[in-house]
Amino acid sequence: MKITEEEVRYVADLANLELTDAEVHKFRADLDEILGHVERLNEIETAGIEPMTQVLYEGGATDTWRDDCERPCLGTDVALANAPQPGAGYFKVPKVIER
Amino acid sequence: MDLRTLTISQVREGLQAHRFSATELTREALDFAESQNPSTSAYLHFSPERALATAARVDEKIARGEDPGPLAGVPVAVKDVIVTKGVRTTCGSKLLANYVPPYDATAIARLEEAGGVILGKTNCDEFAMGSSNENSAFGPVRNPLAHDRVPGGSSGGSAAAVAQGTATLALGSDTGGSIRQPASFCGVVGVTPTYGRVSRYGLTAFASSLDHIGPLARTVRDAATLLQVIAGRDPMDATSAEATVPDYTESLDGKVKGLKLGLPREYLKDLASETGTLIAAGAETLRRLGCEVREISLPTTDYAIGCYYIIATAEASSNLARFDGVRYTSRSQASGTLSDMYRHTRGEGFGAECKRRIMLGTYVLSAGYYDAYYLKAQKVRSLIARDFARAFSEVDAIVAPVSPFPAFKLGEKIDDPLAMYLSDIYTITGSLAGIPCMSVPCGMTAEGLPVGMQILAKHFDEPTMFRLADAYERARTN
Repeated sequence: MKITEEEVRYVADLANLELTDAEVHKFRADLDEILGHVERLNEIETAGIEPMTQVLYEGGATDTWRDDCERPCLGTDVALANAPQPGAGYFKVPKVIER
Repeated sequence: MDLRTLTISQVREGLQAHRFSATELTREALDFAESQNPSTSAYLHFSPERALATAARVDEKIARGEDPGPLAGVPVAVKDVIVTKGVRTTCGSKLLANYVPPYDATAIARLEEAGGVILGKTNCDEFAMGSSNENSAFGPVRNPLAHDRVPGGSSGGSAAAVAQGTATLALGSDTGGSIRQPASFCGVVGVTPTYGRVSRYGLTAFASSLDHIGPLARTVRDAATLLQVIAGRDPMDATSAEATVPDYTESLDGKVKGLKLGLPREYLKDLASETGTLIAAGAETLRRLGCEVREISLPTTDYAIGCYYIIATAEASSNLARFDGVRYTSRSQASGTLSDMYRHTRGEGFGAECKRRIMLGTYVLSAGYYDAYYLKAQKVRSLIARDFARAFSEVDAIVAPVSPFPAFKLGEKIDDPLAMYLSDIYTITGSLAGIPCMSVPCGMTAEGLPVGMQILAKHFDEPTMFRLADAYERARTN
């Protein structure tokens, strides 16, 4: 077994995902099977191979920098239009700090 | 005029000869699409106001004697992971059921600038995660050629709309095969351009190093014309390529004689007989047209699925973190702390496949596993890219299957995620390398299910890919 239910709960916590017990059970089995397949990557020698971190980028590190100039932005009303709980020009969330 | 077989050039001729106006065509296309849609659910929603406004602009330009653009009046469907200003964009997710974007994706702006008329938004797997379109929160799409079968995924709605004739063109997105595989299952042309050829600005991010926007169409020429419009550098996407966009339609000249084509032996060894026979016949047709066909090897192929499902899910777990019940998604009604709100919103909002991938991606990036999984996968990705670079030193293009099998029955594979992942093998390799690849119809199985042949070319060599696909299409249909 590559992964336990306890680890599944730990990972769900990292990912901010509330899972039911049934989901924990199911994902444990699914992840176990998928990780079992993925383990096969260890068969292949990668010593001295550079990781492919860019797909197609051969320019210098700053080649795509743009001029640092002002551009119009969305504006508060537009930016808040899809928010589940806007208020007073802000995104409202449950209280974080107790007074 | 038959909407089911309409092409871009027929629209252009009709408008030029004043046989119909863009507004008349748009009304007819909307009526037809809305009447046909219940049989497949290819569209999630229509955008008649926006479509008619674009059509009116096209008609005004024509009346003033101006060039209305290369896609003037052409009915287009857009996958619902590409944002459209003022038109709901759900990504096939309950979380975004009511999301109305405040801006247009660059591809959308270019499409409409060229006169393309967006009829509506198409169904897809939630956040483009899936190979069957069964992971949409709004229900599956049915294959227009066999209603008990899937259209493929994740751009299943876009492929189905083009196959059904409820759109002439469609935009899809492809991360590991999501344009090519549904194109193959629905018998249409689907193109994944070179990584960075089309701006990703406004494409809801799944796996940023693998995501592409690309065209679906009924002919190679129409697909090439649509790519022409949407391709090119965009300051809003730092990974969009500077390279000049060539005239793709110029490459549709039939001059394929002497081109060297590779058939990867690793792709053909386990291929189901009917698909294998059709791909072999496709390669034979190209040989008859004067191409030189030889066997090649892509030795890292066996490791591609493992490599892909680490990189794609790692990137997805990070990209999907933004859907948290604060800025654009719906929010769980469960009370509690901010952290509880995040957890419940995401737990209630994401479907099973998204959760599975977020979990896998979070796991492979978590402390202690990063080097073993993510870094290892990035190194294997380099080897896969090298396989292709080596192959392209010997051949001009590669011919391959798209999927190991044709469209399968709804529900047939949904309970076996690993089997579903493994079926992406032939499309994933090209995605990892970032090269242009496309699916072109190459015949039907005895049951009448379409099969697509894949053509892959070097980075930015879409012209060679289109040249071959177009010559093949003409040879097969004449």
